[in-house]
Amino acid sequence: MRKVQTLKYAEEACYNGTLVIKAFSSGLEIGTCNWTINGPKRNIAYISSSIFVSTHAMDFNFLGLQGNDLIIFSDFSTLDTTENMENDNTYCDPVTSSNASDDLYNLEEIAASLLKDDESMEEMEKLAFICTCAFDSVRAGGSVLVPIDRLGIVLCLLEQMSLLLESSSLKVPIYIISSVAEELLAFTNIIPEWLCKQRQEKLFSGEPLFAHVKLIKERKIHVFPAVHSVELLTNWQEPCVVFCPHWSLRLGPVVHLLRYWCSDPNSLLILESGDDANLALLPFKPMAMKVLQCSFLSGISLQKVQPLLKALQPKLLLFPKDLRCKIQISEANTIIHYSENETLCMPSSKESTEIDIATDLASQFHWKTLKQETVTRLDGELFMDQGKHRLLSGFRQADSKQHRPLLHWGSPDLKRLLIELSKMGITGTLKKVMDSAESKNAAGIIDIDDPEKALIDVRETGTVIITADENLASHIFKAMDIVLDGI
Amino acid sequence: MAIDCLVLGAGQEVGKSCMVVSINGKRIMFDCGMHMGYTDSRRYPDFSLISKTGDFDNALTCVIVTHFHLDHIGALPYFTEVCGYKGPIYMTYPTKALAPLMLEDYRKNMDRRGEDEQFTSDHIAECMKKVIPVDLKQTVQVDKDLQIRAYYAGHVIGAAMFYAKVGDAAMVYTGDYNMTPDRHLGAAQIDRLQLDLLITESTYATTIRDSRYGREREFLKAVHNCVAAGGKVLIPTFALGRAQELCILLEDYWERMNLKVPIYFSAGLTIQANMYYKMLINWTSQKIKETYATHNAFDFKNVRNFDRSLINAPGPCVLFATPGMIVGGFSLEVFMQWAPSENNLVTLPGYCVAGTIGHKLMSGKPTKIDLDKDTQINVRCQIHQLSFSPHTDAKGIMDLVKFLSPKHAILVHGEKPKMATLKERIQSELGIQCYCPANNETVTIPSTHYVKADASGTFIRSCLNPNFKFSTRSSTDKSYLDSNKSKAVSRLSVSDDRATEGILVVEKGKKAKVIHQDEILHMLGEKKHEIQFAYCIPMPMARTEDLSSTSHMLCGFDKSTLISRLSMILSDELSEGNILDLGEELQVESFRVSVCSSDNCPHRLSSSLQNGSESVFFCCNWSVADEKLAWKIISIMKNSTL
Repeated sequence: MRKVQTLKYAEEACYNGTLVIKAFSSGLEIGTCNWTINGPKRNIAYISSSIFVSTHAMDFNFLGLQGNDLIIFSDFSTLDTTENMENDNTYCDPVTSSNASDDLYNLEEIAASLLKDDESMEEMEKLAFICTCAFDSVRAGGSVLVPIDRLGIVLCLLEQMSLLLESSSLKVPIYIISSVAEELLAFTNIIPEWLCKQRQEKLFSGEPLFAHVKLIKERKIHVFPAVHSVELLTNWQEPCVVFCPHWSLRLGPVVHLLRYWCSDPNSLLILESGDDANLALLPFKPMAMKVLQCSFLSGISLQKVQPLLKALQPKLLLFPKDLRCKIQISEANTIIHYSENETLCMPSSKESTEIDIATDLASQFHWKTLKQETVTRLDGELFMDQGKHRLLSGFRQADSKQHRPLLHWGSPDLKRLLIELSKMGITGTLKKVMDSAESKNAAGIIDIDDPEKALIDVRETGTVIITADENLASHIFKAMDIVLDGI
Repeated sequence: MAIDCLVLGAGQEVGKSCMVVSINGKRIMFDCGMHMGYTDSRRYPDFSLISKTGDFDNALTCVIVTHFHLDHIGALPYFTEVCGYKGPIYMTYPTKALAPLMLEDYRKNMDRRGEDEQFTSDHIAECMKKVIPVDLKQTVQVDKDLQIRAYYAGHVIGAAMFYAKVGDAAMVYTGDYNMTPDRHLGAAQIDRLQLDLLITESTYATTIRDSRYGREREFLKAVHNCVAAGGKVLIPTFALGRAQELCILLEDYWERMNLKVPIYFSAGLTIQANMYYKMLINWTSQKIKETYATHNAFDFKNVRNFDRSLINAPGPCVLFATPGMIVGGFSLEVFMQWAPSENNLVTLPGYCVAGTIGHKLMSGKPTKIDLDKDTQINVRCQIHQLSFSPHTDAKGIMDLVKFLSPKHAILVHGEKPKMATLKERIQSELGIQCYCPANNETVTIPSTHYVKADASGTFIRSCLNPNFKFSTRSSTDKSYLDSNKSKAVSRLSVSDDRATEGILVVEKGKKAKVIHQDEILHMLGEKKHEIQFAYCIPMPMARTEDLSSTSHMLCGFDKSTLISRLSMILSDELSEGNILDLGEELQVESFRVSVCSSDNCPHRLSSSLQNGSESVFFCCNWSVADEKLAWKIISIMKNSTL
């Protein structure tokens, strides 16, 4: 874990100055996230299983994912569901029929429809149902075993279950048996920044974020590191409600407790449903114990995929091949289907790289007008920061930095050169003209006598200035610069 | 474009921090504090300067509050509920959680003092509903153009420095900060940012502090001595912050010394406040964070609630009472009772706002304090001034300014003469333009803008490869520690001319384009014309006995020997450039020199040998880029003998 750099939601991590990486809450659990990567050539968002309105974790921040031209959709939670989306267009209808002009209104509308918390209501109802089932069991004298590993669900169940037990006259203890439970429960109460709005409100009104703090203090919930803990053995009391790992029913305290209760018809096992539930229970069969299998919301429901993508408006959408038959996505987006172990090459969305040039630096440039364009040599220092190329004034002083062209083109007119030289007080004679009569810019040698002896050897592709005097050399260079184009 | 900073408070003073910054069309109010030294209209910033019509919602984009101290947040309920600002307000989670406690405590004290109440409990609650909490380092998009981000500031729990960026212009407002960790908080932390403006506090603009541990010991000793002699210790503090810090300190000491003397919290300082601290433990120092699972440092074992009846109860005790600086309220009530006894002790923070009793106690050693016309307090108790403070010292401010290297700096939240000293230091030592405006003044500074250009792939690729040039040059080095002494040092300087190989091309109706210099000829359809310099230079030979003519010489010494001799001369005399001996020729950057054996070398200006002395001709050529270096080499060659 030392190699892991931790981030807050919406914190910018800059990799190598080039890539800006950000995480936005996905709502699935405490700390779960979707990622965006912004580079100089492309902005990418990666959407994993997300829940719009969470019962405990911070909500799915889909607005943070806006403005990315490529979206990789990777929420596979609906893969196993039987529901299909072929003719159910009720969600999209008002959206598709309206014009593009009221985009903003649209976005708000879509956002509102996405955040309608009917889903979380449904989830809360599920939890309430589980609690009543558990309550029925303990009232009948049986115990309840909950090997669910989803933290948020466990925390909510703890709250609701103890509320229900409290309202009745039953004195049934709740045990949590796990080596990490104590630390985990303490931890969940110091992370208000990662929780949903309602939980944050608890912070602002000075209450604990989760009720378990109080319940542990009141000794309604007991936390033990292991099934053989001495405290557990001395405190043990039945009927009871036990939360313990592991959901696979192969490891942890659950194995012992399941063996112990599986023949009790009054006891209840609460499992998260999955394909292999039957397989998991196989070693404990025949079972007299009741089993309640429940499924919880674990991603974006099919009918919300379309409006979500509408709100995010990606230019390019990468969608899993496996989900293709489940959902039709409107043609507005370019869709590329991906599947496992397959590399896809995406066309680049930006043709060239952009450079930001600071205006205070740009104002110091020495511009030169050519036929159609004006050109200048750049100056300053180029920085690569936050995925942007930036040209800023350098830190070194501009001392004695002469702005003289380093690159020349064209061919010099020798007569003009002589005139320019004489303007500077340098006299010379055209000594030798090469035999290129058709060109007026003939190559040749200019002999300078005054103020010093010097030679200028002009050829088609280059000129050599021969002199022993620094001053004279720079004057001749200036004259050459006038008769040539250069930068 | 420019950034305008209107100082509504804490300009050349401490109290009612409030700064309105206009930056590329956005207007942000940083802090909305009250002045503890006044009870009239001067206690609030003059909000009418923001908008004459009182339409604050359109005048301001958002309000950002750095921490929960009253001089930073005290006017907020007044501004939102009485003045009617309804826009967004940002603060960190702890600030949002703890600010209502501070405000409520202050409001009650205001009440007791019989002043006209400027806001009610409901106002506070309504005001806090408008607050959007932010986490550290979280980049918050306030609107399409404005981005803000909080950075850890130390000082008190939840204190943050705020970064704001609109378009290309960016700034940081520090609020109060501490560059050294204390008992319960870490040190301020910020990224290296490109800033046009830094607005920093300057409470201790000229003070340099040493280690806090000695000072903590002093405090503990003073408290211990007092309670050991049966005295009572009064620690007037604001509800949150310092109280918890000192309490951690005392708890620890009580445990170690096995003391049983009670520590009380007055009613304002509810033990409930500690509940908040427990949940906000992630905002404290690393050390406290690490132990949260086993022992939460804010579970105080020795702390009890105080009751008014205990004021005159016999026996020693330690009492934390609000408000701080003994502005009034309960701490004043207790002070009046305890001050006349020399057994008792009052500890005061390092800084008290002028006009408070705390300030009076600190300035000189008064024996009597006039509360009002009729009331006079005899002061015979001991006074201990806490010499550790949650504010950064001058070195910390300088370090932060140097680290961030903004283009401009503004000092607020300090005392005028000391600020002027610090301003001078920042300008002279760091070369950063610095201002310390007074209240209700506006400072305008220019802001960065960028023009956009497309860059060619060749240029970007060439920029990826380093293109270092090394040269030694002497320069005057201004040492940071000793600004008076500057010394000439010869140092290796590295320059990198990658950017200057780029050429910006602007054509009418097209986006500006940056290309590499190698590409321009192709773009223009022109041919390169290279200008070179050349000179075939004669160098006299040291006369040797058995050789008399040049031709012999040349036979005697092969070219590579001559070249290596020249190389030795040059490396002795030349301070810069990298001399490459290629056997037949020498190369220094683009300067090349080789032994010339041709009598009619076109680069010779005089073919005659002077004074009949033996010479060897060296043919040199170079390009304009290394002109200076070339002439230096030639002058060395002219003045030396082989």
